[in-house]
Amino acid sequence: MSEINNVSKSKLHGLWALTNRELKKWYKAPTVFILTLIQPVIWLGLLGNALNLGSLVSSSSFAIPPQLITDLQLTPAQLTGLQGLFSNMGDSILQSTFGTTSYISFMAVGMIAFTALFTTMFSGMSVVWDRRLGFLNKVLSTPVSRSVIIISKVLSATLRSMFQASIILLIAVPLGFQVGKAFTPINILGVFAFLFLICMGLSSLFIAINIRSTRIETPMAVMNLLNLPLTFASSAFFPIDRMPGWLQAVANVNPLSYTMNGMRQLLINPTIDYSQLAIQYAYVGVFAAVLTTIGIVLSWRFLNK
Amino acid sequence: MSEDAIEAEGLTKVFNGSLVAVDHIDFGVKHGEIFGFLGPNGAGKTTTINMLITILKPTEGKASILGYDIAKEHNQVRYSIGVVPQEYTADEDLTGYENILLCADLYGISRKVSTKRALDLLELVELTAFKDKKVQTFSGGMRRRLELACGLINRPKVLFLDEPTLGLDVQTRAATWNYIRTLKKEFGMTLFMTTHYLEEADALCDRVAIIDHGKIIVVGTPEELKDSLGGDIITVGIKEDVDITGLVGKIEHVKEVKKENGTYRIKSENGEVTAPLIIETLRKEGHAVTRLSLTKPTLNEVYLQYTGKSMRDAEDSGDSLHAKRMLMARRRR
Repeated sequence: MSEINNVSKSKLHGLWALTNRELKKWYKAPTVFILTLIQPVIWLGLLGNALNLGSLVSSSSFAIPPQLITDLQLTPAQLTGLQGLFSNMGDSILQSTFGTTSYISFMAVGMIAFTALFTTMFSGMSVVWDRRLGFLNKVLSTPVSRSVIIISKVLSATLRSMFQASIILLIAVPLGFQVGKAFTPINILGVFAFLFLICMGLSSLFIAINIRSTRIETPMAVMNLLNLPLTFASSAFFPIDRMPGWLQAVANVNPLSYTMNGMRQLLINPTIDYSQLAIQYAYVGVFAAVLTTIGIVLSWRFLNK
Repeated sequence: MSEDAIEAEGLTKVFNGSLVAVDHIDFGVKHGEIFGFLGPNGAGKTTTINMLITILKPTEGKASILGYDIAKEHNQVRYSIGVVPQEYTADEDLTGYENILLCADLYGISRKVSTKRALDLLELVELTAFKDKKVQTFSGGMRRRLELACGLINRPKVLFLDEPTLGLDVQTRAATWNYIRTLKKEFGMTLFMTTHYLEEADALCDRVAIIDHGKIIVVGTPEELKDSLGGDIITVGIKEDVDITGLVGKIEHVKEVKKENGTYRIKSENGEVTAPLIIETLRKEGHAVTRLSLTKPTLNEVYLQYTGKSMRDAEDSGDSLHAKRMLMARRRR
């Protein structure tokens, strides 16, 4: 059995090969990659700018009626002060509601999480294609560990999402993205840590949904169903504490909310509440750990028929 | 090491508790032979292969490959076998070369060894010129060859081929047969293949097992199977609606006469000599012979003899079984 002896006996062999296969499919098809970037950019450019309350509420939004000036006998200095108050109103509303004076910055972080959600969702479907095209069966007949098959899927989805999310962040800068006072370049690493955890969890979730499917329609329906609550019952577009109670209840268990709030602390908020940040990391971390474990357990169960 | 390269004993697969796809089959494949599973679609060929290559757990019974138990020592089995699946499984977005290297990585073969082997294999299947082309530009025959190369990357002792020439044109099929013969001759490989082409089993296999409805009906070399029919087949039709079974039965060399759909199926040695005798005898009795055909026994006749129906009829019932299985699989979701 000399053939058997000259190969690696590592339990993880094939992990990078399978991960790289998925990544190659992705970076060798830049058109698809660019197309996936367009949607979040449109969201940012249109909605992000349209809802920029700072420009909606400014000194020119309210003209102080001349009658009022004469009635109150305002001096020019008082008038300037009053106008200054009004012009700051938009910013202060934004600051108190969104934790930053630029709505587009608030939303850009939401879009990063949104990109993570979509990328992991689509990569989950690739399990179904692998099954349909017989690739999965071929891999199963080789001595690759069953959990490696799943981990490679999770890993490639995670790496892709992290890359795309970084691109979104870069695109947001010329669109008006502003970092907060508490931002330091080190915080970028913290953002990647969040992205890594949420992508691990989400891609495990979507792979678990898909692992038994032989048709693409079933998971599509399930994921469409999950997509809306995950996006809108989260702090992607609006802070949770301004939502109606029932929506708050959903948003408060949504791991995407924790991810976005944590990333906002690191990127755009003026101060960082470290105890909150710890809770956010812990929540997303537990989500990732639990779902990755479920994914691996399911792979043992369903890949060995 | 056991005597046979592949041994199966009472191997059974039941889907969803009721659909028996493979029903207690026993067989042995000798080292270095090409063993063929011949049967219509839905007969249980692919299910058998899937059990042997350890991607499907048998419901009952056991099997071993090179002495390794497929259920308990599946990793050793996986290291010693190669699989060429029915589908085109190569990744379309990667090149042929990249695909082979990917397969090598799945066996944990080091890059130093695998690059050399990949180039050798591309040479073997005559794809060297296309190695850096994406697989989506490949023709069906090229893809089939690439699958073959991928299945050989770990230098398997036993190679499984599931319908290796399905959907190929006559020329490509002949070329594929040559590759398969080379593997046996030059590398002493044991090959297990399934097919529903009778002529393929006849041309390639050292021994053939005819499988139908999940059961092995007969095993033997193609020659043995053909000889077991006891001679050539003469089919005769006459104008009159009378029974000539007794009359023909008395003619020299004739072994058996059967009436089938208005014609007579006559089994006889030396068919070339018997056929004129039959015409002569029938004429003498005043019957007008409307048709006569003489067939040397092929596996088709063997198939007909052992299953009681022609391959085409069996395909129909096999398809309905397949449809039933698909329906059940769908319900499961």
